[in-house]
Amino acid sequence: MKTVRCSIIGFGAIGQGVAEVLLMKKEYLENMGLDVRVIAVVDSRGATLSPEGVDLADCLARKREKGTVAQEKITGLEVIKSIDHELVIETTPTNIETGGAGLQNMLAAFEKGLDVVTSNKGPLTLKYRELVETAKAAGSKFRFEATVGGSMPVINFAKEVLAGNNIRSIKGILNGTCNYILTRMLEERASYTDILAESMELGIAETDPTYDVEGIDTACKLVILANAIFGLDTTYEDVDVTGITKITPEALEMAYENGHVIKLIGEVSRDRIHVAPRLVPINHPLAVGGTLNVASLDTELAGEITVTGRGAGSVETASAILSDLVSIYREQ
Amino acid sequence: MRVSMDIELKDVPGQMLLALQPLSECRANLITVLHHHQKLTPRKTVPVQLVLETRPENIPDIKARLEENGIKVVRVGEHRFRESINVVLIGHVVHTGIQDTIDEIDKTGFAEVADLTLSMPGIDMISSALIKINALGKEEIQKSLNILKEVSAKKDLLMVLPIDVQA
Repeated sequence: MKTVRCSIIGFGAIGQGVAEVLLMKKEYLENMGLDVRVIAVVDSRGATLSPEGVDLADCLARKREKGTVAQEKITGLEVIKSIDHELVIETTPTNIETGGAGLQNMLAAFEKGLDVVTSNKGPLTLKYRELVETAKAAGSKFRFEATVGGSMPVINFAKEVLAGNNIRSIKGILNGTCNYILTRMLEERASYTDILAESMELGIAETDPTYDVEGIDTACKLVILANAIFGLDTTYEDVDVTGITKITPEALEMAYENGHVIKLIGEVSRDRIHVAPRLVPINHPLAVGGTLNVASLDTELAGEITVTGRGAGSVETASAILSDLVSIYREQ
Repeated sequence: MRVSMDIELKDVPGQMLLALQPLSECRANLITVLHHHQKLTPRKTVPVQLVLETRPENIPDIKARLEENGIKVVRVGEHRFRESINVVLIGHVVHTGIQDTIDEIDKTGFAEVADLTLSMPGIDMISSALIKINALGKEEIQKSLNILKEVSAKKDLLMVLPIDVQA
């Protein structure tokens, strides 16, 4: 049995999803020869620590009751620097302006030769090249499937499953909030403002929905795809972005009568990275509804391949983190 | 069948009526009329391009009736526009001059606005339009989209393009 000692840095929806998934999959991982032991769970107020492995069920219960897991006053960065372990599961919130705590955490982890699995887009959008090179120099594994498309496999799918195929372009819906808003506007023939309010009530849109509805979130994901799959060195500044705030129910209806839906489509290839609302034929593989995400990869040998799945949600996103974890330690 | 027809009118009033009457009599459905008033031919006639929907067997009759009315039929051919595309425009589509937007495409000669659906929910509210553009080929479609893109930028309109064209 191989023991993987890991920290969960960031215990919001995704961090909690990771804890739930690790509890659910304990036996599965053990059958695979992996004893995944969480030695630290950290949120913004402090941490729960145990070299023998913290009780994840207890952490989840305390987080629900008290709003924090903090038992000791220690930050994620301090945990990374001072406690022996192998893997940092970095699930702090995305900050695309500075990279936030996530960037510091990842760099510190690599400095110590730790592996990192993350769902945090910010650092990868700003400093992709630096992070990948630092990880490589340190001999650290660095995986980030959960940053794009939530549970839907795209990065590992392109790099591993489709290995050997030259990928010409990727087009898709990478933001579930926008997809939900556009789907509902058409269904209800309601205005953007009305459906945005509904989405906030349901927790599908955040209180400040700017990142999602202005296409910024989609653009960040495209930057990650451009760098990870197309080997480019791009940042958010290189993306041409138009959001969905100007879309009218009348436009959606006219398009629909003409056999089309309007979707916020992200598109990436070697020459261009672009986010804009587009007309998609109703029977097209990218015309998925609700909060679903979808990506269509145009490959050299295999033609078009389309994947679709849930782009958000705590357990869904944690499933991508779990698959990254397994793929790092399974074969070692 | 869709047919394009190039005709020439005398540059005097009432000619357009003489050109359109035979179409109506033969129950042809007129799709577009391009009236090139500024481009007089050396014969001092006005070139007009028609696109109509009709049965092939009606064409000789239409042609004969036009000529009876003194209209020169220069060319009759199967409709030359082979490609078409739909584009949605959102913004103050009408206030910023929809005719002008259409003219920018139509005056190219290689593309035309073939259909337009407009929705104006209220005064001062954002309107939406679905425009169908026909063009000679794929390259001409792209060229007309570039024109439309410039016009949209100037008029602050959001242009929603189909997924399969280069944005």
